[in-house]
This record gives sequence, C-alpha cells and structure tokens, in this order.
Amino acid sequence: MSVLVYTESEQGKFKKVAFEVASYAKEVANQLGTTVTAVAINIEDASELANYGVDKVLNVSADSLKDFNAKAYASTLRQAAEKEGAKVVIVSSSTDSKTLAPILAINLHAGYASNVVAAPTSTNPFTVKRTAFTNKAFNITEINSDVKIVGVSNNSFGLVENSGAATVESFAPSLDDSLFGVKVDSVDKVSGKVTIADADIVVSAGRGLKGPENWGMIEELADVLGAATACSKPVSDLGWRPHGEHVGQTGKPVAANLYIAIGISGAIQHLAGINASKVKVVINTDPEAPFFKAADYGIVGDAFEVVPQLIEKLKEFKANNA
Amino acid sequence: MKILVCISHVPDTTSKINFTEGDTKFDTNGVQFVINPNDEFGLTRAMWFKEKQGATVDVVNVGGAETESTLRKALAIGADGAIRVNAAATDGFFVAKQLAEVAKNGGYDLIIAGRESIDYNGGMVPGMLAELIGANFVNNCINLEVDGTAATAIREIDGGKETSSTSLPLVIGGQKGLVEESDLRIPNMRGIMMARKKPLNVVEPTDAEKETTAVKFEKPAPRGAVKLVDAGNIDELISLLHNEAKVI
Ligand SMILES: Cc1cc2nc3c(=O)[nH]c(=O)nc-3n(C[C@H](O)[C@H](O)[C@H](O)COP(=O)(O)OP(=O)(O)OC[C@H]3O[C@@H](n4cnc5c(N)ncnc54)[C@H](O)[C@@H]3O)c2cc1C
Repeated sequence: MSVLVYTESEQGKFKKVAFEVASYAKEVANQLGTTVTAVAINIEDASELANYGVDKVLNVSADSLKDFNAKAYASTLRQAAEKEGAKVVIVSSSTDSKTLAPILAINLHAGYASNVVAAPTSTNPFTVKRTAFTNKAFNITEINSDVKIVGVSNNSFGLVENSGAATVESFAPSLDDSLFGVKVDSVDKVSGKVTIADADIVVSAGRGLKGPENWGMIEELADVLGAATACSKPVSDLGWRPHGEHVGQTGKPVAANLYIAIGISGAIQHLAGINASKVKVVINTDPEAPFFKAADYGIVGDAFEVVPQLIEKLKEFKANNA
Repeated sequence: MKILVCISHVPDTTSKINFTEGDTKFDTNGVQFVINPNDEFGLTRAMWFKEKQGATVDVVNVGGAETESTLRKALAIGADGAIRVNAAATDGFFVAKQLAEVAKNGGYDLIIAGRESIDYNGGMVPGMLAELIGANFVNNCINLEVDGTAATAIREIDGGKETSSTSLPLVIGGQKGLVEESDLRIPNMRGIMMARKKPLNVVEPTDAEKETTAVKFEKPAPRGAVKLVDAGNIDELISLLHNEAKVI
C-alpha cells in the first residue's frame, strides 16, 4: 500500500515540481510507515527520483501518451494505484495535474484536496491544510474516503533530499481508444522561458510601465534572475502582455520564493493571487500604493530609474557570487 | 445545441474574508455575492452560441435559496431557464454528482463550467462532472468553437496554449479568454423584466457522499511592516534579498 506519486516531465526530463511532489510523498509515506512508488511517463532516466525518497518507479513508455491527455493519464494512474494498492496519491498543482486529478478521483472513488500547502497534520483522520478564497485564507480539510488524492501547491513544500535506491520497473497500462476523445492538434509554447508555474522568482509589472514597449527592462531583469515574467490584469486586458501572464484572483496564482512587483498598485484581486509567495518586493512611485502593506521590501521610486540600476547591480552581484 | 452553464455563487472579489462560529463558517455579513468570474466568461460564450448558432442555454447552481439572485442575474443576461439544486455546496464531489444528475436528465450537449470557484478554489467540479457523465473534457479553456457535434478548443497550459479537437458531449472548465472582458454583459432593464418570467426550477438533491469536509479556516498570519530601501541604494536591497531573505 505505498504512496503513489505522479512525477511530471517535459521532453523526457522531470520537471522540478516532480521532485517536490516526490519529497511530499516521502513525508506522507513516513507518516504512514510505507514506501513511495512514482509513476513516470516517457522519461529517459527515472533514477533521479531516488534522491527524493522514491523507492520504486513505474516507468511508462507509450507513444499514445506523448501529448498530455487527461483521461488517459488518469487511467494510467488509476491502474498504477490499483497495482500498488495505494491509498494516497500525490499530484502537483500544474495545469495538467489539476486537470487529471478530478477524473482520477472519480475513477478511484477518492476524495481530492487541491492547493495543499503543508504535510498532513494527521493521517487518521487524514487532514491537510489548503488555501481557499484565493489565498486570502487557509482551510483545514479532512478527506473522508478510503483512497485520497492530495494536490500539492507548487513551491509550498520544497525539495527534500532523501537519498536511497529506487527500483525501476516498466509499466504498460491498458489504454482503451475511448480515452482519447480529445486529440491535441498543436501546442504553442514559448520554449526556453521559465513559466510562472515553475518559477522560483517572478518579475511582474503593471500599468505603471505605461506601455508594452517598456517591457524590455522587465524581461532583462527576469533574465538576470532566471525568473518568469508576469503582469497585472489591466496589462493583459490592454494586450500589452499575453493573457497567460496575468496574475491574480482571475488570473494565475503565484507561489514563488520571490515576487517583484513593479508599477502595480496592489489591488485586492491582484494580492489574492500572490499571497502565497514568500518574499515580496515592491517598486512604486506612490508611497501610498496598497502594495507596500503587503510587501516585505519596498522602494518608493520610478521604475524607469530603479529597474535599470537594479539590473546592473544584479549583474555585478551574480558575477561576484557565481 | 443544448447548453448547460454551471454557475457558482461567490463573494465579490473585493470581499474581506472572515469566519465565524470558531472559524468554522465563512462570515457572509456585508458580503456581496456575484457570478463566479470564471463562470461569467462561460455564460457569455454560451450567449454567443445562442445568438450565432441558435443554442438554448440553461444555468444551474447547487445552493440554498440565497443563490437565486445570482441565477436571476444569469437569466437577465439571457439564459433561457435556471435550475437550483436545493443543497449546500459543501464538497466538490457532492456538487459534481448533483450537476451530473441535472446534465443527464436535461440531455445537454455542451456543459460549460468555470475552471474553479474563487471561494474554495477546489477546481474539481468540471472534471468530475465530465467523468461522471462520460463526456469529453477540456480544462482551462480559452476558446471554443462548435460545428455540429465536432468541437475545437484551446486550453491554456503552463507556458503556452494547446489546440485540440474533440466532440460533443463536452464539458469545459472555462476561464478568462473564452470571451473578451469587454464582451461580458451587464443585465439591462429589459433583461431583468424578462428574467422574472423565466422558469427557475428547484430540484431536490440526489444522494451522494461527502468525500471531503472543510473543518476549519485560518487567516494568514499578519505580516510585519515593509522595509523601505532608498531608491538610490539598490545595493542595500540586493544585500537584504541575499543575506536576510535568502532568495537570491
Ligand atoms: C472582478 C475583478 C477581478 C479582478 N482580477 C484581477 C486579477 O486577477 N489580477 C489583477 O492584477 N487585477 C485584477 N483586477 C483588477 C484590479 O482591481 C486592479 O485594477 C489591477 O490590479 C490594477 O493593475 P495595476 O496595478 O497594474 O494598475 P493601476 O491600478 O493603474 O496601478 C499602477 C501603479 O503603478 C504605479 N506607477 C505609475 N508609474 C510608475 C512608475 N514610473 N514607476 C513605478 N510605479 C509607477 C502607480 O503608482 C500605481 O500604483 C480585477 C478586478 C475585478 C473587478
């Protein structure tokens, strides 16, 4: 009855979040006195998971699973969970995991708690802490069903090294044609760019930047920091930046270690989306901007003067600390 | 085409969030309730199908009598009929089960839900519903076209978007992008008058177990005051981020 964990990958390599959910699964397994089995799909080298406490990897190689397909992935996980007699399944909070988890929940008759931010406080009853009201509060939730699915909020648990050895076993789920009712025609993805979901650091800018032509310095700052770029809602509504970058209550949630907000006022709907970030830095000309109340560090100043200096100084800092 | 739009009744985005009864209940005192923003995009897309392709549109909510104002608003925007399943929406699975029952009984071709409700943010109802009724499912949907029983959908993925082809019956988890923000509709006087005459059927819930229980709420710990750094002293900011916050 090991704890099952779905470890996501991209082009044959694990995503960072895979190691975070593996770390989480190890903690749950310790609490339950059992082992961790990971499901990895189309991975070149699955052995890396052993560093994060995984005891066994079910390695799935299947052309039909090349593109993400919610039902087929959920079916794969269901079959793995049944094979392992898993009572707890751990997934991440990526867009894909959040899409497959509800389907898996129905398949396994499992209760599902999403956006979980900490290890279970008890395993009997199974109790987790999750965010609610778009990060304006936490909700302590009990999962009552026999099988349980936990969706871990990105960057909330962190990576915990737990070196050991993992056995790797190939696993071939049976996948019926009926699972493939949704067919991917094309994927349009900016490659080589850090995404908001995976990022440790997010550099975000708002209407204070005056126009899309001024985003060069935001991207450069993000580049220096290895960060993802994001924006406030009006910025994407105005078409200055793509919709996928809009952060907040009606946009993306951001749970980064560092969130830098430049020329963003800090309206309640924006703050809701970034509350889960650990350290917040605000750069704004208006000392009364509400964002300063939510920030850890702030500079009252003009973005057009502060940001270029920040880029230069960070480059120096990186050079000296490389 | 028969469309069902799932409407969640949620606190307005500016609401202050507080709890009562020993932090076990959401405090609705002074809170304005609205159509869940993700559902509002879906409802508007449904209106587009109604006007351009002659679809009929029903809206549904699982909730107590207090949610009828939200359903009436959806009727005023142009939905043809409304259904309220008379039960508190306390668990995602429970809600999905109720919606599945309504969907099956009504023979809907397309069911539009929101990616998540902005209150409990469970994000599970649309996917569970799709699986319960055996429909195709596209989450985080930002564009949808339907031609006969074929559908083309675009969904947002981490770092980009993905286009897929599928067929009805279909459930989508919609969000911003499904229609332009500027196309969202505000009910006008005529719509409000007409909404009074439209059917709002109340049905009793079907049996379903509650798989999760929200036992208690907590508010984030209050944070300390912001440390202000002089605009001329960027070195200090970098040092704080490196030595104190340890994030760079
Ligand atoms: C239903 C609903 C949902 C919403 N959801 C979201 C959401 O998910 N996310 C979101 O972001 N918003 C959301 N909003 C909008 C939100 O209320 C605010 O309007 C928005 O966050 C403001 O964006 P902004 O701070 O970029 O722009 P503004 O409010 O225009 O603020 C710009 C800021 O830039 C500063 N500034 C100006 N010039 C400079 C300069 N040269 N250097 C530095 N600073 C400068 C100004 O002092 C000001 O503080 C929502 C609103 C509604 C009604």
